[in-house]
Amino acid sequence: MIVWNAIHETFRQLRRNPLRSALTMLGILIGVAAVIAMISLGRGAAARVGSDLSGLGQNLLFVVPGAPGAHGPGGPREAPPFDESDARAIAREVPGVAAVAPTVTSSGVAVYAANERRTTVTGSTDDYFQVMSWHVKSGRIFDEAEQRSGAAVCVLGQTVRHALFGSIDPVGATIRVGNVSLRVVGVLAPKGTSTFGQDQDDFIIVPLATHQRRISGTHDVAAIFVSARTQQESSRIRSDIQLLMRDRRHLHLGEDDDFTVRDMKEIQAMVGSITGVLTQLLAAIAAISLLVGGIGIMNIMLVAVSERTREIGIRLAIGALGRDVLAQFLIEAVVLSAIGGVVGILLGLGGAYVITNKLHIPLAIDPIIIAVPFLFSAAVGVIFGFFPARKAARLNPIDALRHE
Amino acid sequence: MLMSLEHIWKLYGEGESEIAALQDLDLQVDSGELVALMGPSGSGKSTCLNILGCLDVPTRGEYRFLGHPTSKLDNDQRARLRRRFLGFVFQGFNLLPRTSALENVELPLMYRGVRARQRRERAMTALATVGLAGREHSTSAQLSGGQQQRVAIARALVTDPAVLLADEPTGNLDTARAREIMDILATLNRDHGITIVMVTHEADMALYAKRVVRFLDGRIVEDVQQKPIGAAA
Repeated sequence: MIVWNAIHETFRQLRRNPLRSALTMLGILIGVAAVIAMISLGRGAAARVGSDLSGLGQNLLFVVPGAPGAHGPGGPREAPPFDESDARAIAREVPGVAAVAPTVTSSGVAVYAANERRTTVTGSTDDYFQVMSWHVKSGRIFDEAEQRSGAAVCVLGQTVRHALFGSIDPVGATIRVGNVSLRVVGVLAPKGTSTFGQDQDDFIIVPLATHQRRISGTHDVAAIFVSARTQQESSRIRSDIQLLMRDRRHLHLGEDDDFTVRDMKEIQAMVGSITGVLTQLLAAIAAISLLVGGIGIMNIMLVAVSERTREIGIRLAIGALGRDVLAQFLIEAVVLSAIGGVVGILLGLGGAYVITNKLHIPLAIDPIIIAVPFLFSAAVGVIFGFFPARKAARLNPIDALRHE
Repeated sequence: MLMSLEHIWKLYGEGESEIAALQDLDLQVDSGELVALMGPSGSGKSTCLNILGCLDVPTRGEYRFLGHPTSKLDNDQRARLRRRFLGFVFQGFNLLPRTSALENVELPLMYRGVRARQRRERAMTALATVGLAGREHSTSAQLSGGQQQRVAIARALVTDPAVLLADEPTGNLDTARAREIMDILATLNRDHGITIVMVTHEADMALYAKRVVRFLDGRIVEDVQQKPIGAAA
């Protein structure tokens, strides 16, 4: 009976004081929504980074000229570049290597008919597709003869294909990059935008010899990508490559490396620490909004109860027992917290959905992330609604009545 | 004896600043009386009423209700005593804001566990008794002061109390409205046998009482029976 009456009274009170009720709910709502949106976003971003990196293959290593950490001004330029023979040496002398792709990149404007697009032109061997996990959507990759002779052929990334050809099939067509004409032999399946906002499909790939002879005009290789046969071997392969390169570059004992070898584990660790910081930052912001929301709830509850001390006095004078008053305030706090919390969850999930959609991040929802802010807000609402009400309910009715 | 105050002291503050609102007060009220407590501000009349109504507790002394001592009762037991026997009317009306007259009058019945339908019937009857039939759904803001006080009286009498305690029931009203309220109270006393104790500082209103008790500095200085004007009407 007490509970039923209290529920009845609660809904009456909420209807009679829509502003006060709305403000109380708003505090809870904002706290819950902010935390859910922020943390879902952070987790989604981390998950996206992880999947991007594993999309590159667990077994990838790369070698670039220049000492580790010396990529400031002047650093890499002092180091002699690699050439194709370095890549061949790795393939020949390091055991456990599945594929080696020496690459060189430049930028250029690709033109077909009236369409043009500034894009990246990568020169590499057919191993590149295997090492970087590229799949052919239509057409084919380079054959042996084309690679040996430096034939004027290319394979397009989806973005370039779309910009130049729209919906037409480009295989067999001829495009122009600078003053070089290239026949399109294949198109790659799309990979989409990378974690760092880069369009991975915005490039053209040509055989290494083609790039060296017709575009860059040197025998330099900017980076060598290596794919290990198994992930377990990548550390060993990494040190083998290091020793091989030191030997080929005639570095003496005690001299520092003038090149850098990295494997995926290092890169994942590096990126992982960045996304970790990002997630922690978002969690900190979320925690602050939850705290602010909690203070809001606390305020409105304290004000509501002290504003209603007189009301409590009236109720006590006309026959309410202390527990009638308490039940009413407790149920009121629970109802307000629950409604605010549920709306906050919906809003938080909705916000996370919209933002992750816009940023092309997966939506990572964790029940804990929903439960914790909900329970925190509800607890704050109930505690700060309950204790002042209990204090008021224990007053002499006349003191409560005299409260202004 | 219905209500009996024995050697009641009520002290406020401590040490040097201690003030005695009531000093060794004795007062008996019997069933069917209509008592007016009079006196200047701070004379202790309201404190006396609050103690009679179990809204406040004395510092020392014993208050017996129907012969039972109340000094050992806890908050809930006092609340149950109020529920069963007492009704209150205040100077400031003390209606719940944004709440209809009917809901205000139903509220005491709700706390007594009366079923919704019966609650409504009894509240309608009580409102009709104080002449407010037809205004059941008006909120306090839509009612005049006199009408609000009638709602408060209806709320007090809907539970059929043995005693109605009124603290300056006409204090916020003009003379005509005040007379109407006093007529209602006198009628309740005469026709329903409800014992009424009211605090007032207006001599005009005290004329409706059968007995007038005068307070000064926390003591009773005069206690006289009189022929009330309400009974003559």
